[in-house]
Amino acid sequence: MKFNLKVWRQKNAQAQGKLVDYTIENIIPDMSFLEMVDVLNDNLVRKGEDPIAFDHDCREGICGMCSMYISGRAHGPHHAATTCQLYMRSFKDGDTIYVEPFRAGAFPIIKDLVTDRSAFDRIIAKGGFVSVNTGQAQDANNLPVDKADAEKAMDAAACIGCGACVAACPNSAAMLFVSAKISQLALLPQGGPERNNRAINMVNQMDEEGFGNCTNIGACEAECPKEIKLTNIARMNREYLVASLINE
Amino acid sequence: MQNSVLITSSIGKKLIMGLTGLFLVFFLVVHASINGCIWFNDEGKTFLYYAHFMGTNFLVHIAEVGLFGGLILHMVDGLLLWKQNRDARPVKYAYSNPSANSKWYSRSMGLLGTLILFFLIVHLRNFWGPNRLNQITTGEELNLFQLMQEDFSNLWMVVFYVAACFSLFWHLLHGFKSAFQSLGLNNVKYNKAIEIAGTAFAIIVPLVFALMPISFYFNLVH
Ligand code: HEM
Ligand code: SF4
Ligand code: FES
Repeated sequence: MKFNLKVWRQKNAQAQGKLVDYTIENIIPDMSFLEMVDVLNDNLVRKGEDPIAFDHDCREGICGMCSMYISGRAHGPHHAATTCQLYMRSFKDGDTIYVEPFRAGAFPIIKDLVTDRSAFDRIIAKGGFVSVNTGQAQDANNLPVDKADAEKAMDAAACIGCGACVAACPNSAAMLFVSAKISQLALLPQGGPERNNRAINMVNQMDEEGFGNCTNIGACEAECPKEIKLTNIARMNREYLVASLINE
Repeated sequence: MQNSVLITSSIGKKLIMGLTGLFLVFFLVVHASINGCIWFNDEGKTFLYYAHFMGTNFLVHIAEVGLFGGLILHMVDGLLLWKQNRDARPVKYAYSNPSANSKWYSRSMGLLGTLILFFLIVHLRNFWGPNRLNQITTGEELNLFQLMQEDFSNLWMVVFYVAACFSLFWHLLHGFKSAFQSLGLNNVKYNKAIEIAGTAFAIIVPLVFALMPISFYFNLVH
């Protein structure tokens, strides 16, 4: 397959970036998008040019490192998939593909397509640390957990912190991510003791990082590779409201 | 102590939007019900009866202050949100395809709200302003039914009102259910009902309002 790529190139955080045109040929349809960029980079290195910097790690859809805003959408046109799980067969031969970094003031660009998403780490750190002593086999039954709550907590825990929700949101809001983290712990007894402080601290940190405000547009839910639900944001709103009213 | 700023935090602003939005929704119900009385075709007798009550009752006057307060809070908070959200992405995407994951009217609440604001200014100048002014200067109320007949014999005024109803339609199509989500009232048991009620409300109320100037223009009310 052959593609015309328009890739965002930016030397460093301060430099002015721009879209640069590349043409790439002989791409196998079953290559992932990242592998296609690998091939492009290989071509660039052979020509003595600077390869395109991009984030990636596991390449199996679980780490959340790969990013990229592809053809106008976070992680590209596929539903519920990361960029490493996006295959070139999803495009048509000869397509023009735009490749940009995830854009948000809170995600400053480091180089080309690599952004600094450590704002998420600082929000996570504000949530405190929950250590669970798993104990002996029979101890698993000592702490009853409602099956339905366990399912919801597991669904929320599926968030890989990729930032696609921020990238897709017209407001650059991080609420889907933060609400997944708050929900995951609020639904389980282990997260109970610091529940109120956690809601306030994480939301305060989110605001401090300069993310936008949610207006319930729903683009995050539509683009999230792990299908995190908007119900989590409603839960976070409740958690925060209650915590604000009762915390001393 | 964990400090939270319920009013100015991101979620606090959502709560304010949700509460004031639903308050305005409630106002629309009252407003549409009373004005709908023009269709009794009794030369505005029923309508004027309630208009007189709304224009002179002491408690209604207090509620009116609350209404303006709520509206101003809604607008200030809404425009603040709009500005902060725009600034949260200093460098825009060169190419974006937002219609793949969301509705245009959901993304345009600030614009739709501002269009409603323009309408409100003209609307208050047409009816509420002159009536209150007359009450203050002469102690008499104006005949609002006659005033409507006069204003809505002008085609451009009718077109302007109908256009404003479209803005309101889209604003509510997103806003009604959005307000419940903002307030944390999201539950699989009720989501479908809220969505249906929201869509029905967004269609019915603006339609009723749009039909008023149209009815006057075509002399269907007398
Ligand atoms: C009668 C008139 C109006 C009604 C019934 C109304 C109703 C609503 C409702 C129910 C919401 C959803 C709140 C939420 O998401 O929590 C909303 C949102 C919004 N409104 Fe209004 N509104 C009106 C007028 C205005 C005006 C005049 C403006 C601005 C000048 C405005 C600006 C906004 C904005 C920017 C939002 C989006 C914020 C958000 O979704 O969180 N609205 N409105
Ligand atoms: S909520 Fe979804 S899109 Fe957002 S960071 Fe988590 S996995 Fe990524
Ligand atoms: S590289 Fe790990 S999720 Fe894509």
